[in-house]
Amino acid sequence: MCNQSVGLIQRAVEASGISTVSITLIEDITKKVKPPRALSVPYGFGHPLGEPNNPELQHAIIAEALALLADETPPPILKVVGTLRVP
Amino acid sequence: MAPLRKLDPFSRFFMKLYRGKHYEATPHTPLRLPLNRCRVALITTAGFLLPGQPPFESGDCSYREMPNAIQTQALINGHKSAAYDERGLETDPNLAFPLDRFKELETEGKIGSLNHRHFSFMGSITKPDALITQSAPEVGHKLKTDGVDVAFLTPV
Repeated sequence: MCNQSVGLIQRAVEASGISTVSITLIEDITKKVKPPRALSVPYGFGHPLGEPNNPELQHAIIAEALALLADETPPPILKVVGTLRVP
Repeated sequence: MAPLRKLDPFSRFFMKLYRGKHYEATPHTPLRLPLNRCRVALITTAGFLLPGQPPFESGDCSYREMPNAIQTQALINGHKSAAYDERGLETDPNLAFPLDRFKELETEGKIGSLNHRHFSFMGSITKPDALITQSAPEVGHKLKTDGVDVAFLTPV
């Protein structure tokens, strides 16, 4: 339900005039809720930013998500990433 | 990607039974400034609380404000769920509320600044009407009043 809640909050915040981007762990729910921009990551529940105490991986995921803000395709934008490699 | 088949049997059964609403037109606010000039706020549905804040109840659509100055290690996991392993985010709250990572981005000049407050919801909401009509628009209004340009949202 968390992934649905994120999408619903995101829609409301975007409608307030703020650009938004989210992480999702369940692509199927996000396709239904259609928030403006979402990055689907291949991690389990409780792990939207990959792994605890792995700042490099967390930064890599955040950077992928923030990059969607510059995408000028009309929303909804849903990008699916595989496991991110950290240098 | 986490397709439904990867969920535990109970969650899968629930999700199959669950009939969400259908949402059509997606709201759109294009990014107006380069990210390095944007004010950014975080929103999590991990149900984090600060010491002294009232706990979330089951299906609770309310939210808690998280001042930017907090230490992430002070956060309390207020989202008890059998659906996921909570040890990771109890060890490192950045896993679902990446405040330390965004403070690093601010220091590096990759984002303009962090807002003075962020927001925590408890995401396990099966009846989201009050979320849609009240609490989420209220947070949107607060962030707009704060002059926030970008919100970054994380589930759990």
